[in-house]
Amino acid sequence: MIDDVDRAIINGLQGGFPICERPFAAAAARLDLDEDELIGRLARLRADGVLTRFGPLFKPEALGGIAVLAAMAVPALRFDAVAATVNAFPEVAHNYAREHALNMWFVVAADSPEGAERALERIAAATGLEVLALPKTREYFLDLRIEA
Amino acid sequence: MTPDPIDLRIVEATQAGLPLVARPYHAIAELLGLAPDDVMARMARMQDLGAIRRIGAVPNHYRLGWRANGMTVWDVDDSRVDELGERIGRLPFVSHCYLRPRRPPAWTYNLFAMVHGRDRAEAMRQAEAIRAELADACRVGEVLFSTMILKKTGLRIASAAAE
Repeated sequence: MIDDVDRAIINGLQGGFPICERPFAAAAARLDLDEDELIGRLARLRADGVLTRFGPLFKPEALGGIAVLAAMAVPALRFDAVAATVNAFPEVAHNYAREHALNMWFVVAADSPEGAERALERIAAATGLEVLALPKTREYFLDLRIEA
Repeated sequence: MTPDPIDLRIVEATQAGLPLVARPYHAIAELLGLAPDDVMARMARMQDLGAIRRIGAVPNHYRLGWRANGMTVWDVDDSRVDELGERIGRLPFVSHCYLRPRRPPAWTYNLFAMVHGRDRAEAMRQAEAIRAELADACRVGEVLFSTMILKKTGLRIASAAAE
């Protein structure tokens, strides 16, 4: 379980981590902690899976890349096997099961729209299923910060 | 921005996380054979230009009790979707809001907004609040709850670019 200090770290450090020689010392001072304690707690939160990671979040489009959301209607009996096939593609960044006729939703990241299209074609070929590509046309808002 | 190969090496070395040591940027610099000041200057530039959205802790929603992850999807009038998308994106419980193409007949929704509740009832109340904002500009909507994370590695940008 997480305690109040962990909670303050999670809520206070989802952004704004400084770029300087001793960033943990600077961030710790803002949280009224010392550097070693902050590093130790972050390591524990990451090892326990409370944090999926600690570091920069990149925007692929700004790096010349692209991320495309795609959906498939996977027959229930084949679901696990198809999930394994899809997940084996390194271009697949995340994959979620959802309750819908379109029951598998994944994001493909590539260095170009053509690269993403090729990955989606390979996934369609490997699974024998139709892949519905839903690239974003516009981003109105993105902020993944959540409260602990 | 147009990242150069050194930027992309920094992306590749940090996208799974920073080393949890007192001088993490120095550790990255050593790993890549670069000067620490160069690594820090390049990361600061990527952040200024929006290629780094933010640097910090990335929590697991489920582990913090946000168990109901709902992808709300709506068929919104094209002439009003930009104005409404901006407004929906500002609702405090919406974490992403995107315009996407319809793919009829299989997919007829164009506006996507992710909501997160401690349980499905909370997420459904959030979806109802979105529905109320969209009012008569929205013909129909649905909430797709996730039942399992099948994979979550985060984006692996540079490795894809290096292929």
